[in-house]
Amino acid sequence: MDAGLNRCPLQEHFLPRKSSKENLDRFIPNRSAMDFDYAHFALTEGRKGNDQASAVSSPSKEAYRKQLAETMNLNHTRILAFRNKPQAPVELLPSNHSSSLHQQPKSVKPRRYIPQTSERTLDAPDIVDDFYLNLLDWGSANVLAIALGLTVYLWDASTGSTSELVTIDEEKGPVTSINWAPDGRHVAVGLNNSEVQLWDSASNRQLRTLKGGHQSRVGSLAWNNHILTTGGMDGLIINNDVRIRSPIVETYRGHTQEVCGLKWSGSGQQLASGGNDNVVHIWDRSVASSNSTTQWLHRLEEHTSAVKALAWCPFQANLLATGGGGGDRTIKFWNTHTGACLNSVDTGSQVCSLLWSKNERELLSSHGFTQNQLTLWKYPSMVKMAELTGHTSRVLYMAQSPDGCTVASAAGDETLRFWNVFGVPETAKKAAPKTVSEPFSHVNRIR
Amino acid sequence: MASKTVAAKDIITLHGSAAIVSEFFCYAANSILYNRAVYPEESFVKVKKYGLPMLLIEDESVKSFMSNLTSQISEWLEAGKLQRVVLVIMSKATGEVLERWNFRIETDNEVVDKGVSREKSDKEIMREIQAIMRQVASSVTYLPCLDETCVFDVLAYTDTDVAVPFTWVESDPKLIANPQMVKLHGFDTKIHKVDTLVSYKNDEWDEEE
Repeated sequence: MDAGLNRCPLQEHFLPRKSSKENLDRFIPNRSAMDFDYAHFALTEGRKGNDQASAVSSPSKEAYRKQLAETMNLNHTRILAFRNKPQAPVELLPSNHSSSLHQQPKSVKPRRYIPQTSERTLDAPDIVDDFYLNLLDWGSANVLAIALGLTVYLWDASTGSTSELVTIDEEKGPVTSINWAPDGRHVAVGLNNSEVQLWDSASNRQLRTLKGGHQSRVGSLAWNNHILTTGGMDGLIINNDVRIRSPIVETYRGHTQEVCGLKWSGSGQQLASGGNDNVVHIWDRSVASSNSTTQWLHRLEEHTSAVKALAWCPFQANLLATGGGGGDRTIKFWNTHTGACLNSVDTGSQVCSLLWSKNERELLSSHGFTQNQLTLWKYPSMVKMAELTGHTSRVLYMAQSPDGCTVASAAGDETLRFWNVFGVPETAKKAAPKTVSEPFSHVNRIR
Repeated sequence: MASKTVAAKDIITLHGSAAIVSEFFCYAANSILYNRAVYPEESFVKVKKYGLPMLLIEDESVKSFMSNLTSQISEWLEAGKLQRVVLVIMSKATGEVLERWNFRIETDNEVVDKGVSREKSDKEIMREIQAIMRQVASSVTYLPCLDETCVFDVLAYTDTDVAVPFTWVESDPKLIANPQMVKLHGFDTKIHKVDTLVSYKNDEWDEEE
């Protein structure tokens, strides 16, 4: 149902754009193309009896001439240059300079060009502007899922086509979180009424609903193979095994306020959760559970504001980056093995989301007031490599394409923007194939 | 009794002086091109001149350019029409003038008009030229680095009444705005007096005075 939308969602925004490449043409005279005979003739014609040579007289030249005349006691000089110029030297590499005092310390990779504007902008009407929700995810089948109000839309990145997955009943909605399963086919939809729906995007059918776990809205979701971890406004984190009848296998208690950030590590061994209580918890699967509630491995309290931005480092094990909200504005790096804080960087703006690059040692953060920018940092130096602006309200949601090159960002300004910040798709190295046991590959549907 | 032998003086004619000066200019230009790395050092070959190892460029086009230059300079010197020779070093990319090597020539007009000759020890002239060459080589220490590829050009300042061969064209002086200037040694053949001055573009580092 259309629900009276003025615009179709996920349609292309045609924004006036500055040309990405500026044509800096300068006129460089070409001696060999000049007709010197004519020029000489034109210059010398009527020169007979003239004292001044026909040179352009700019103030500096006049002064120069005067000085010259004074010293030489002559007031007529011609300046001549030989016509047939010698061949210009071949372009030298800096290292060939005999008098070069600069040594290139190490071979510097040519800095890649990071486009400062979004490559593409789509309309995202009715997107909920709530810091604690997670309404955007990009699946491994290269399909982007976005929740706009009561409806979940799927945007196929390879074809650019949009389809509607589901529109939730008004009493259940709005949609508060969305997350693709590792197979890129099944998607979990968290709702405001505390339910979680599981959908098959290939057949557009709902497979099951997880109820009774949470008391209030489910704002964060994270998959770990067949386990769907849900984080709720009630502060609970529940591990659901989606294959079995009674799905709840584990409950993590620790947060006292809404769980807005939830991320499993690359190995699937550790779970990082961030809450509105300013606390980050690290949960480890190897820690034995007693009475069906599990003790956390680490409790990290350094942030002074809600922690929604969480990202595990793909190239370094046990490294977690966290970002604090409006009162904190820092990005902190943690060793999740020891629980030590490795680094803290003040970004000056609320950190809404974090993404690590799969190709380079870089970190992308999205921010709110005042710039609403995406900042690309070099790791570990934390030097700012780029700041991408375009959004006109805080960039709450970010997702990365499966090939690791493009980042999609959505904000309360009702736009979904795509940035080629991590490299051009053709030149990106292929990400290592994930060795994930596909739980659903042989199963057509879940009971 | 021992008497100090006065250095034997040689007769210098106008022709000879012109030859000395134009030859000097050729070697000086080569030396500048080498020291300022306008051309890579592989393109130069060592010769002995002025009691110093001098470098001459091998590149054919530059060599022919130089020889044309020197013969014309020599001609003008004999006519007493040459006022100065300037070697200009410009950036290849932007065409901006980065350095100007200014060889000012003062001609004894009496020699030109009346055809008399002068006396000066050859050795002394050699020594004076040697000193200039050494200074050119050491100029690397204070001249700003030429990081980019450069090209050079030679300008000749002549009297207005000189006959311009068709191979030469009128040019602008290619001055540098707000240059730093360093005066080097000069030499004198008693007929032609040559002063050397190098002006270069102010290095940004020197901005704070």
